Order: sequence, then structure tokens, then C-alpha cells
Amino acid sequence: MLKQAIENLGNRTIQGVWRIGFAARFFVAILLHSATAFRRFGLTIREMYFTGVLSLIIILVSGLFVGMVLGLQGYETLQRYGSESALGTLVALSLVRELGPVLAGLLFASRAGSAITAEIGLMKATEQLSAMEMMAIDPIARVVAPRFWAGVISMPLLAALFSALGVFGGYLVGVRLIGVDEGTFWSQMQGAVDFEQDILNGVIKSVVFGVAVTTIALFEGYDAPPTAEGVSGATTRTVVTSSLVVLALDFVLTAFMFRGLN
Amino acid sequence: MNRTVLDLWVGLFVIAGVGALLFLALKVGSMSTVNSTDSYEVVADFQNIGGLKPRAPVKSAGVVVGRVADIRFDNGKYEAVVTLRLDKRYAFPKDTSASIMTSGLLGEQYVGLEPGGDSVMLKNKDRILITQDAVVLENLIGQFLYGKAQEGKAQEGVPK
Amino acid sequence: MQNDNLVEIKDAVFGYGARPVLKGINLTAKRGQVVAIMGSSGCGKTTLLRLIGGQVKPGQGTVRVAGESLGELDRAGLYRLRRKMGMLFQFGALFTDMSVFDNVAFQLREHTDLPEDAIRDLVLMKLHAVGLRGAARLMPAELSGGMARRVALARAIALDPALVMYDEPFAGLDPISLGVTGNLIRRLTDTLGLTSLVVTHDVQESLKIVDYVYFVSEGVIVAEGTADEIRASGLPYVHQFVHGESDGPVPFHYPAPPFVDDLQLGAQRA
Repeated sequence: MLKQAIENLGNRTIQGVWRIGFAARFFVAILLHSATAFRRFGLTIREMYFTGVLSLIIILVSGLFVGMVLGLQGYETLQRYGSESALGTLVALSLVRELGPVLAGLLFASRAGSAITAEIGLMKATEQLSAMEMMAIDPIARVVAPRFWAGVISMPLLAALFSALGVFGGYLVGVRLIGVDEGTFWSQMQGAVDFEQDILNGVIKSVVFGVAVTTIALFEGYDAPPTAEGVSGATTRTVVTSSLVVLALDFVLTAFMFRGLN
Repeated sequence: MNRTVLDLWVGLFVIAGVGALLFLALKVGSMSTVNSTDSYEVVADFQNIGGLKPRAPVKSAGVVVGRVADIRFDNGKYEAVVTLRLDKRYAFPKDTSASIMTSGLLGEQYVGLEPGGDSVMLKNKDRILITQDAVVLENLIGQFLYGKAQEGKAQEGVPK
Repeated sequence: MQNDNLVEIKDAVFGYGARPVLKGINLTAKRGQVVAIMGSSGCGKTTLLRLIGGQVKPGQGTVRVAGESLGELDRAGLYRLRRKMGMLFQFGALFTDMSVFDNVAFQLREHTDLPEDAIRDLVLMKLHAVGLRGAARLMPAELSGGMARRVALARAIALDPALVMYDEPFAGLDPISLGVTGNLIRRLTDTLGLTSLVVTHDVQESLKIVDYVYFVSEGVIVAEGTADEIRASGLPYVHQFVHGESDGPVPFHYPAPPFVDDLQLGAQRA
């Protein structure tokens, strides 16, 4: 019984390490076969429609609501210390530094990532990828790489839209609804939010998340067993793994970026 | 999905995304971080910088003219060496004085520049010679109490 | 001699991990012939096709297509050779996100610089050959199984390959589609000067159209010959296969311990 448990654990560990190695090789293969994705940019644009444009609604609505909640909660806390004027700063900094990239990354993983995995997994299960290979067309270059770059390009745009809508939501609640002074709201925000330190770092974060989520989604689809359970399992794994990876990467990146600040 | 309709949507998406980035850059944030290309650095020594932090604003007459780029400790003189990165558009005389101020009673600390009357201007890597340290609240209260006590003693002494 | 044989396989051995699938296969296909590879399910027929397509490499032995040894080709060489091959997958493997027209045009657009109106003419020609010119605007989801397979066939011959491989072209088709597909394979082979390699277990349909048959069982070729020779063959395995008998050299039961032991009747009595 115990022996079997240990054996299981060992097997799973080896399997995990093997998959990580395979995923790394897959990632390098994508980068090496990216020429097509740029030479025929139409392919990438097509995929940007599916990953970016179709994620817009959920990103915009979530961003607006998160910003509105931040406005309400932030005001509640700040007014106890008489610093309602810092509301703009609070809303903008939390969104631009953390919530924008992270929440957009999580939503992107569940909206676009799962779709990518299911699509690639089904293409593999129905032998479309094999068929392409038999036509002397590399599926990594033709199918995988355009999706990868579409994700990498879409993700920072989505995160920026999330943050922008969030700031707007905070403005709606803070200024329009509660009545914080409009001039103070914006000027305090501008004084505290730095382009390089805050906004640029947020963009870098979202690009990293885009790379991570898209790679995981593509890999899970490419590696999925060609059965119905295989594809559904891979889709679930995409959402779970990429969400965890986004959060873990966010911690690491934050530690690097904002360490020198305080 | 028709090819052109698809392109149109992606185009709208990209425009909206770039617009959001611009909104963040211009309206939410400030481009006030002076880049190294259009700025110059001067150094000032302080015996006590209080709670001054990197990136704190440098103001003259209340206007932000630069940022604190770096703070380090000089182990030879036992003083704080503060590097200020100033916007190239603003030039200050060589005998300008720097002092560490606090906005409001408990607000953030910043470096204030008080221009002197010299005709020679500060250049890159120059040193500001006249500095005034941060006011440490504990010292201030201590001095105040000490002063009150002295005053009391003096008043006691007068009638005698 | 070598020019005459488009596909030559000598002593090919292949296995997935420790499990051997092919244990020394010898097979040749002459230009212009329809050659069938038959055998029961799971005997390694599909693996044989993957070997010829260069998707897997033989552990031992050589696989030659058009005189080139697949084991020695690099990736670019393999891709160059694959342009001379077409493959029809079991369920068509059409690209589900493209219309029938775009599916057939796919290779032309990827591999040639032809102007769009030339591509249009070629695609309609290929679709006409399989009788589906009218279905050009449909999506794969709107096609029946037989139609999907014919579209896939049109796609496989889009670049006028020298060799077309069919993986179970008759599986899951109604009798009419079955006859249509069979005739189509024969007719295309003759009119386009192709060589066709058909992997199937549909004996009756394929014996009508093929020139030569190989029987594969447990990783080796157990019988070969022309259609008539196979029909008349006295080999027990071939006889069982051709006449569809349920028991013979291929047992009905999967290997198992004796039934009595499995039911543990002996243990209960003791």
C-alpha cells in the first residue's frame, strides 16, 4: 500500500518533469518557427480576433466593476483618515500595478486560453494537425505560432483596457456618485502614478502573463490525448495551471520591480 | 466570418487598446519621470534626510523640477549623499541651497531648491554646497521642551 | 527497376516504446497501381502508412519513396518529398474552420504563388473530379461522412501527388458512398497516373478495385497477391478474413486465463 503510494508519487514527479521539459522544447520550437506568423500577418490578425476581440466584453465589464468596487471600498477606508483626496491614487495604483495585469491575465486564461486548448486539442484529435504535416506544412508554424503571437499582442492591450475602464469606474463612483473633488482625484492620481515605474511595469507584467498563458494553453492542447476526456481534461488544466502561474509570476515580478521603491 | 469584417474588428481592438495605454500614460500617470537624456544630475550632502525616499519630487517655488534619483550613505563623512535628477529646461545658480521639506504636517518629504544669486549655473555632476537637513519631529519637540524649561529657569531667576 | 517501384519497404521494424508493432515488413508498390494493405484492426496498418509518410522512422530496415530513403532525409528533405504525397485520413481530417473550397485550396495557397483565379480554377477542377463542385461553399460540418471523405480526397490530390495513401477510406460509409469512393480511387489512379496505397479491412469493396493486396497480421506480411489470387487463397488466415468467419486463426477471445479459473468456481468448491 505504502510502496504503491510512493511509486505513484515518483511516477507523477517524473511525469511532471518530463512534461516541463517537453513544454520548454515546445516553447523554443514556437519561437524558432515564428517567421510565418509575421510574414503572413493575416494569420495572426485572424487569431487576434478570436483571442483578443472576443475577450473584450468580459474584460471591459470586469474592469469597470472592479474599478467601481475599488472606488466604494477605497472611499470607505480613506475617509476614516480624512484622506478621500487619495482615492484616485489608490484606484489607479492598484489597477495599473496589480489588478489590471493580474485580473486581465486570469480572465484571459479562462476565456481565450481554454478556447485555444480546446481548438488545438480537437484539431489534433481529428487528425487535422497530422493532415497538415502530411501536406508538408509545419503545424507549429502554421497553427501554433500565429496563436501564440496573437495572445502575446492581445494580452497587454486587454490589460490596458481593463485598467483604463477600472480607473473610469473608480471615477464614476468616487467623483460622480460620492462627490470627491474631480480636480483632486485626477491631480493626486497623476502625482502618484509614474509612467516608468508603474505603467510600464504593468505593461511588462501583462506581456509576461500573455506569453505564459498562451504557451500553457497551446501546449496543453498540443499535448492532449486525442479523446473527448483528453481534450476536456487539458482545457481544465489550462485554466488551473495558467491561473496559478499568473499569480506566482506576479509575485516574482512585483518583488523584482518594486523592491527598490520603499 | 468575412475577412474584411474580421480585420475591422481587430483594428478597432488594437486602436482601443493603444488608446487605453495612452489614457493611462497621459491622464492617469505623469510623464514627469525625467529621462536621463533630457536631464542632469547634481549631488547634495545632508546630515539627516529624515524620511526622504528615491523618486521623491524636487521642487523649486512649489513647482516640480526633478526627482530624487539616488540616496546613499558616505562612510567617510558619515553623511547622506542624495543625487537629484533635474529637468534640463531648468537651470539653477551655483550657490543654490537644497533643503528637505515636508508637505503638510505628516505628508511626503521632498527636496526644495532655493536659488542663489551666482551667475554661474549648476552643471551635470556638480555639488550643491548649502544644504539644510530634514526636520525631525522628535528633535523639534525635544528642543521645544528644552527651550521651555530654560525659559522657566530664566523667569524664575529674574525676580531674585 | 527502381523507377518502377514508387514505394519500397525492406525489413522495416517499428515499435511504440517496448511494444513492437511492425516486425519486418517487405512491401513494394509499383507506379500506377492500387495496392491494398489489409488486416484486422490494430495490426499495424496505420503505423505502416505513418512510416511511409515519414511521420515515424523505422527502427530497422529501409523505407524508400520515389527512390529516397526516408530514414536518411532531414526535415526539409522530408517536407519536399511529402509534396509528392497525398493522404486521406480515416475521417477526412478536413480543417473545420475553413470552407470546402478553402480546404482544397489550402496546399495550393501554402506551397505555390499561383494567382487567386488560377487557384480557383484548379480547386473547382479537383472538386469536379470528386463530384462536389456544387458544395464548394459549404463548411465541413454541413457535409455527410461520405462527402467529407471525397472532399478530403480532392484535397489530397490538389498538388497532383505521385502517391496517395488512404487510411480506411471505406470505414463507416453506407453502401452507395462505399461504391462511389471505391470507384473514385480506381478512376483517379488511372486518369491522374497516381499510385494508390489503401489501408482497409473492407475486403469485398477493395478486392473490386485493387491490383495487389498485402495481408498484415501481428506485424508481419502473411499473404500477398493479386485480387484473384487472394480470393482463391487457401491460407486459413486469408480465408477467414475474406469470408468474415468469426473464429479461425484469429481467435474470437482475447487471450485470458481459463474461464473456470476467472469465475473462481474451483475456489468455491474447495
